[in-house]
Amino acid sequence: MDERMLDGNAGAGDLQELFAVEVTQTVGVCEACGMEGPLAEAHVYSLAPGLTLRCRGCEAVLARLVHLPDRTLVELRGLRRLEIVR
Amino acid sequence: MADVRAETPRARTLTFDLPGWPGHRAGQHVDVRLTAEDGYRAQRSYSIASPPGASRLELTVERLDDGEVSPWLADEARPGDEIELRGPIGGYFVWEPARGGPLLLVAGGSGLVPLMAIERHRRAVAPEVASTVLVSARGPEDLLYAGELEGAAVVTYTRTRPEGWTGYARRVDEAMLAEAGPPPEARPRCFVCGPTSFVEVVAEALVALGHHRALIKTERFGATGG
Repeated sequence: MDERMLDGNAGAGDLQELFAVEVTQTVGVCEACGMEGPLAEAHVYSLAPGLTLRCRGCEAVLARLVHLPDRTLVELRGLRRLEIVR
Repeated sequence: MADVRAETPRARTLTFDLPGWPGHRAGQHVDVRLTAEDGYRAQRSYSIASPPGASRLELTVERLDDGEVSPWLADEARPGDEIELRGPIGGYFVWEPARGGPLLLVAGGSGLVPLMAIERHRRAVAPEVASTVLVSARGPEDLLYAGELEGAAVVTYTRTRPEGWTGYARRVDEAMLAEAGPPPEARPRCFVCGPTSFVEVVAEALVALGHHRALIKTERFGATGG
């Protein structure tokens, strides 16, 4: 097991700032395997100058966030759908 | 920061006065950002230890020797220092009285912090909800909130134990969860927080015992980075 692996709770502050919604309860559907679940349960790796969210079912990349000095890059290619709890 | 107190040789509780703080829910965390004089910034997440409604916000921070943020918070920071906080964050790893019980709170090391906010909240507003707190600590000198939890938590020590200790002295496993916690039929709301490997083992053991996956909420923190 990779002790550096965290979960979606760890990346929530950055994501919340970008999307202006509470993200840990937001349900994501994996484009690769179709598994759905709250982003809090996604696997998160945050050692880089950013975050990678991976599916807890198939480990496919759901989303990436990279902080540069003057901007933030967001890639959501592995998320088929997001369901935001209001 | 208004106040600081030692919890263990490696951990301190920091108390903040936060004018305009919107309030928080039990189990949420904040991000702490430190900026060095040269502009280098480091950010880490720390769970809130104080229950909702407390007049001041409390964070308990354990020092990780190779960390970038925790050594400063756990050793250096002084009342009067100003620190950048972002939060409250999270809605998944959260308990409110309306979510009911019983509660099974399982902590590895400083994973106890958000569970303590939940337990304190329960005591304050819903003491009729049954709760089991199971804490795994390396040794007595690593157990957070020892005075407050005396007689109110099941403790297991994984490395060193007090003389004459007759309690658990091993890592949390299925048998321990079955003995110490409510049975799956009671449909306990399970909250598990600790290092990644601890959370994986405990969550899988709970599922193996027959607990509902949907009632098990987990929060992992890393062995490095702090």
